[in-house]
Amino acid sequence: MSTKLNPVNEAMAVAAERAPIAATSTAAAHPVPVKRIVPPGRFWALNLNELVEYRELLYFLVWREIKVRYKQTLIGAGWAVAQPVATMVVFSLFFGRLAKIPSGGLPYPLFFYSALLPWTYFAGALAGATNSVVENQRVITKVYFPRVLLPLSAVFSGLIDFVIAFVLLVGMALYYRVTPGPWLAFVPVFLLLAMLTAFGAGLWLSALNALYRDVRYVVPFLIQFWLFASPVAYPSSLVPERWRALYGLNPMAGVIDGFRWAVTGENPPSLGLVAASAAAVIVMLVAGVWYFRRVETTVADVV
Amino acid sequence: MAAAAIQVEGIGKRYRLGERERYLALRDVLSRAVRAPFSWRRGTNGNGQAHIWALRDVSFAVGEGETIGIIGRNGAGKSTLLKILAGITLPTEGSAEVHGRVGSLLEVGTGFHPELTGRENIYFSGSILGMKRREIDRKFDEIVAFSGVETFLETPLKHYSSGMQLRLAFSVAAHLEPEVLLVDEVLAVGDLEFQKKCMGKMEEVTRGGRTVLFVSHNMGAIRRICTRGLWLDGGAIRLMGTAGECVDAYTASAEAAAGAATGLFDMVPRTDRVGTGRAKFRTIRMKDLSGCDRGAFEFGEPFQVELELDCHADVRSSFVGISFLASDGTNLLSSHHTDSAEVRELRAPGQVRLVCHYPTNTLKPGGYLLQAGILDLATWELIDWIYAVGPFTITEGTGKFGRPTDPRPGYTQPVLQWEWK
Repeated sequence: MSTKLNPVNEAMAVAAERAPIAATSTAAAHPVPVKRIVPPGRFWALNLNELVEYRELLYFLVWREIKVRYKQTLIGAGWAVAQPVATMVVFSLFFGRLAKIPSGGLPYPLFFYSALLPWTYFAGALAGATNSVVENQRVITKVYFPRVLLPLSAVFSGLIDFVIAFVLLVGMALYYRVTPGPWLAFVPVFLLLAMLTAFGAGLWLSALNALYRDVRYVVPFLIQFWLFASPVAYPSSLVPERWRALYGLNPMAGVIDGFRWAVTGENPPSLGLVAASAAAVIVMLVAGVWYFRRVETTVADVV
Repeated sequence: MAAAAIQVEGIGKRYRLGERERYLALRDVLSRAVRAPFSWRRGTNGNGQAHIWALRDVSFAVGEGETIGIIGRNGAGKSTLLKILAGITLPTEGSAEVHGRVGSLLEVGTGFHPELTGRENIYFSGSILGMKRREIDRKFDEIVAFSGVETFLETPLKHYSSGMQLRLAFSVAAHLEPEVLLVDEVLAVGDLEFQKKCMGKMEEVTRGGRTVLFVSHNMGAIRRICTRGLWLDGGAIRLMGTAGECVDAYTASAEAAAGAATGLFDMVPRTDRVGTGRAKFRTIRMKDLSGCDRGAFEFGEPFQVELELDCHADVRSSFVGISFLASDGTNLLSSHHTDSAEVRELRAPGQVRLVCHYPTNTLKPGGYLLQAGILDLATWELIDWIYAVGPFTITEGTGKFGRPTDPRPGYTQPVLQWEWK
């Protein structure tokens, strides 16, 4: 140990000689953070302190994403509404008018749009999160920041589009004379569930995408499949009773059903379904954090 | 509070050669898993590829406020070391402790996005480099002034010239104020004026009491702004000492490597010489019979050693000698120019050239070093002496120069006359 101190003392003397004032001033400054760098260990949890410290960067990541998305576009924020509206029109026509699926007493446009809103948010957040790490590969290999901020920022940046499209939903609800009730308080709850689902799945997919590039091609297909596995184009009452619990393992089932009810007040979702969805989200999140953190230790080497 | 700002103990970084292969597809992973299910337990991956250690057993300490210059050939592990200290990649073994906020300048323009305006890029880049928004607000005008892009602040970055982008990027980075700064060859870009500006800013930063680790190939910059040096070679520390020491040692070794390829050994930058210096070796060249500089000769091929000297003072009588050293350091033979040429007076200022012919190459295949010296005949004063010039190589014979091609023991292999009696 003493042999290690000697070069340091020598170095200190040299440094002090060169800048006597500076050496003392830095010593008196605010407490200095110490970082310990060790090979990757076995326990991977989110370092929440670090996330709080980097919260400004999260803000800037979301801000950058939004700015870039709407630069040089013609209708700009209009795109936030265009996609769900167009899908709603198509669904109303084919699933509504032609196939005549039961909508639980709701007018078809409202039935579809109230589901498409959280769905569009989810699909966008998931796609964004999946690509977040790979898109930022240059920055990841040059600067340190908690990598989990990348999929997290995708989850947040989708909210702007959501809010814009939500305004249209409010207009629609008024138009169809939907009476507001205490269920409206649950809108943020189901929105949060959607965010957590997107985050959990996003953690998995972004990590996988960084390692195996063909994941990027799988994701649109996955989202398509997920769309039909969720009660967007049909009510969950269509699913037979005994399959309901299994169906509920799809976290988006609980989100869509719940959100639709929270906005319109009709057809409250079965508690079992929502509970199953919530449990599935938690499992997906925990596993997603574990996997992402494990990949994070080597991501700068392989991305 | 004399704590080390950076303490590194036994850091090693291993890369699996397969990892370098990008764009792995799930299909590849699955097929590898089927082919060699337990190969990950051994030291090889499914393809039987080995590991390489980019860094191995690196330990050192850096005091607060020091500026360390990290030098070495490409691939020596310098950038890997910085990446580990920045937290970008984790070490395979060992540990390190860094006291203070770390700012990493591993490239210019980190976080820049072509669609955002200059102003927006300053904020985003500053944030990702570690500045808080209040800090960026405070320094915004300074950053803009240093970069000189005031009039283009609201234009998207993609419309900037590359020079402007560079200036803006460097300006943001230059206003970082972390306790520990890691800089990786950032100053190698841009035009001369810009480089001067960057150098000036770097000197300012290092004088401000910050701990700086500076990787560069610019030996002049290292000498000027660094207090200590760290020479990395092949993933290990070759030398750690004062900046001057490290630069000298590295230059000498690089010179040797360069000369070994071409046969031209430049003696001017060499500082590892002894002597009064009244005359100094300028270059030492190994040439073949047609006069080309070569670093390698075939077994049996005649070659010449040409020595160029600069005379700084008058020397009445002196002799020049060279020695050939084998790769284990054994002095095989020495020859003085007076053995077959006359003594000449050296007058300053002037240059003289001497050629030593080695007509029948008796040196066996292998690596060799030269020693060269000038001694004053009258006083035996050592005027100049360079210990190790080279290496140069003798390659296996192909029979072209009339030499037997089979290997034999011994240091030299002259052709002796045999006759039957």
